[in-house]
Amino acid sequence: MRLDLRLPIGLMFSLFGAILLVYGLVSDPTIYQRSLGINVNLWWGVVLLAFGLVMLWFSLRGGPGRTEM
Amino acid sequence: MLGIGWALRRFVRSSEDFFLSGRSIPAWIAGLAFISANLGAQEVIGMGASGAKYGIMTSHFYWIGAMPAMVFVGLFMMPFYYGSRARSVPEYLKLRFDEKTRGLNAITFAIMTVFSSGISMYALAKLLELVLGWSFHASIILTGIIVLTYIFLGGLTSAIYNEVLQFFLIVLGFLPLVLLGLKDIGGWHGLTSKLAVVATNAGFEPGAWSHSWKYTGAPSQNPMGIEWFGLIMGLGFAMSFGYWCTDFLVVQRAMAAGSMTAARRTPLIAAIPKMMMPALVILPGMLAIGLHATRGGFLPIGADGQPNYNLAIPMMLAHYLPTGLLGLGLTALMASFMSGMAGNVTAFNTVWTYDIYQTFIRPGQSDSHYLRMGHAATVFGILASVVAAYAVTRFNNINDILQLVFSFVNGPLFATFLLGMFWKRTTGHAAFSGLLTGTLAAAVHYGLTLSHGSVPGIKGGFLGTVMHVYPSEMALNFWTAIVAWTSCFVTTLVISLFTKRTKTDDELRGLVYSLTPRQSDAAMPWYKRPVTLAVFILVASAILNVIFW
Repeated sequence: MRLDLRLPIGLMFSLFGAILLVYGLVSDPTIYQRSLGINVNLWWGVVLLAFGLVMLWFSLRGGPGRTEM
Repeated sequence: MLGIGWALRRFVRSSEDFFLSGRSIPAWIAGLAFISANLGAQEVIGMGASGAKYGIMTSHFYWIGAMPAMVFVGLFMMPFYYGSRARSVPEYLKLRFDEKTRGLNAITFAIMTVFSSGISMYALAKLLELVLGWSFHASIILTGIIVLTYIFLGGLTSAIYNEVLQFFLIVLGFLPLVLLGLKDIGGWHGLTSKLAVVATNAGFEPGAWSHSWKYTGAPSQNPMGIEWFGLIMGLGFAMSFGYWCTDFLVVQRAMAAGSMTAARRTPLIAAIPKMMMPALVILPGMLAIGLHATRGGFLPIGADGQPNYNLAIPMMLAHYLPTGLLGLGLTALMASFMSGMAGNVTAFNTVWTYDIYQTFIRPGQSDSHYLRMGHAATVFGILASVVAAYAVTRFNNINDILQLVFSFVNGPLFATFLLGMFWKRTTGHAAFSGLLTGTLAAAVHYGLTLSHGSVPGIKGGFLGTVMHVYPSEMALNFWTAIVAWTSCFVTTLVISLFTKRTKTDDELRGLVYSLTPRQSDAAMPWYKRPVTLAVFILVASAILNVIFW
């Protein structure tokens, strides 16, 4: 029995992503002056969430990486 | 953000037990752990600092340094390591040579770990100073306490596990920084035009910061102050091979793989993301110096009148990332500082207790005696790191001092390994005297030379007369490594010819190339063979060298 590392990675980044995304939606736009006017919390939140979900999906589906190389 | 990271790490730790059950880690995880063991905050801060100080030539640490060395480890060294089942470098040296060689290496390795953790400690304290506004002294003390607590709570038990998480944290935490920085400066084109200003201000050709080979004809033409020969032999050969082939913090990760083939493939798989790292760690440093030169005062000026390059990455973080994403970036940095320091202090503790204390000072004591000694060693290791951290404050680029330590320790060790693994005639006396000569030669070279603009003392030249002044600290390191490697190699070779072998062929089976059964990959399809991967990696790094010529 072996733990699939993609599960915690997926959980962690989905959570990080979701928090950033929500924060990006509710935060005051003036804090984004330093990031060239781009709402990086929102966009990077989306990226992290997508990454986390892909990892989770792989881990639940049991794709490549679970089998021993 | 920090809290969540911490909570998740706790959750992760509890599942560690089944993860490390025996050697059964999938190759991709071992591969990521392999580079994460090295991708600590030291690397992020140090390579960023070097990117600012030396420009794109810093990528040689990857493209002529790490890549070929990782290929060499995978193809040629791994069979001995995996086959001999040695758990540490000193242990391999004991099996191959004798106790005294092991002891000498244990001592230099212990010193190296203290410096490594001291460097991490300095970098973390600097970060705390910048972010929390504390004094440097208070930050150092706080860092020491945090690391001590971390280790005593068993923070390192899940090393490999954490490292893979940390790899993703660093990549995903730093990528937005690079993207924003590039966008702000006007893309690659904008960056090179800003770097041209940096280069002409420093008295070089405009392309000196953005070409990796073009200005290596003479040391005076490039910011690293080194010509192609010193670069290839010092960095590409003595230092990189020395580091990747003999640093067990790294090699151990590959040994956790499920089979010999997987272990050999681990460094090769790791080399692929490693190749891309300059974009993540060196580029932000280059962006920072570009902004510093054209917009003014981006980096604080240190006591030596030079910008404090170590702050390139932290300043970039603070400059571009808003609340929220900044938390992610800081979490990534903190996590890697912690595991980097804890890893080194734990390695110090192990080497001191088992390879030095138990073997040479007080053998045959009870387990609890050694356990107490281990705890004492941990505390001592942290105190020693604090001292090292203050020594580091003299360097405006932590990568300079890190590579200096490697040139002393890994440079000569690599010569010992090469001869030991590929020439069965190499004797224990020869290996011992070679290592000793190599390290002493490094010290003498360092004591007689200096880098431009430094005062004699901790930065070299302490033997009274300064015979040569190198244009930069890094050039001095490369030549120290060359001197150390060569003197160790020659001494070991000559003394081997004059001393009797003490180990029979039978004792050396599995430890020496000619006495180890060859690995046959013929049964595998061609695309799965380590050699195929190796060729791919070498070609790809050659292409990168040409693109950024």
